[in-house]
Amino acid sequence: MDAASDAQLVAGCRAGEQAAWEALIDRYARYVYAIAGRVYRLPPPDAEDVFQEVFARIFERLGSLRDDASLRPWIAQTARNCSIDALRRSSRESLVDELPEMVDERLAELDEALTVDAALDGLSPDCREILDRFFRRDESYHTISAALELPSGTVASRIARCLAKLRDVLEPGRKETVPPSGEKVGEQR
Amino acid sequence: MTPEETIARALHALPSPPTGWVEAAKALPAARRELDSLLERLERDEALRERAVADLEAMLRAEGVEPTPVVRAHLRRRLAP
Repeated sequence: MDAASDAQLVAGCRAGEQAAWEALIDRYARYVYAIAGRVYRLPPPDAEDVFQEVFARIFERLGSLRDDASLRPWIAQTARNCSIDALRRSSRESLVDELPEMVDERLAELDEALTVDAALDGLSPDCREILDRFFRRDESYHTISAALELPSGTVASRIARCLAKLRDVLEPGRKETVPPSGEKVGEQR
Repeated sequence: MTPEETIARALHALPSPPTGWVEAAKALPAARRELDSLLERLERDEALRERAVADLEAMLRAEGVEPTPVVRAHLRRRLAP
């Protein structure tokens, strides 16, 4: 299901396939979380409500989606609407009027990030795991080293190699170049 | 900024949500089936409906359903006159 298109996932969800629904969640959970938490800066309890409400609406209204390939903008719009509703319910309603310009810019950044995120599917499980731990779960070299039973220096160089491989997935025509160490691409944590 | 740094920044822009949130969202289809079954009973069983109107959270817990915000909102919409 990982490599399925959005349209295939939507079709699977409509057919009641649990695996399709779980793949849809895996693909868009970080996106929705970032919109609620980072773009609209909702505190965790409100962000959780928005997160669950977005997926509840998606689940309820999948049947009314006109173009199955337009899942991403639909999810983005639903997350925006739910986040604005949450701001209006809170005492921070004034932020709703202050945010629009910044929101468009941040959402464009998240769309680019989602493209990079999707490219991770083209990497080996080892690469996906180490990049996920370092960049998305904010784990330190020390934590990753202990969890994966690797020397700290190997963690840094593996992150760098995996980033270079990810670049190759994103730019397939480019000649592969593997940096010698991870020190340039990630600060030591 | 090198291309690898740009990619690293993009990865960092999408942090992982708490595992419990993701698991709850994945369980939504099963939870919704459970809710639909509960709603059918609410339509038939006046005593159960009165318990829901009096204290929705307590009724849900008694029926073995976690009263998450989404579940409560969904039921309130359906129970509204």
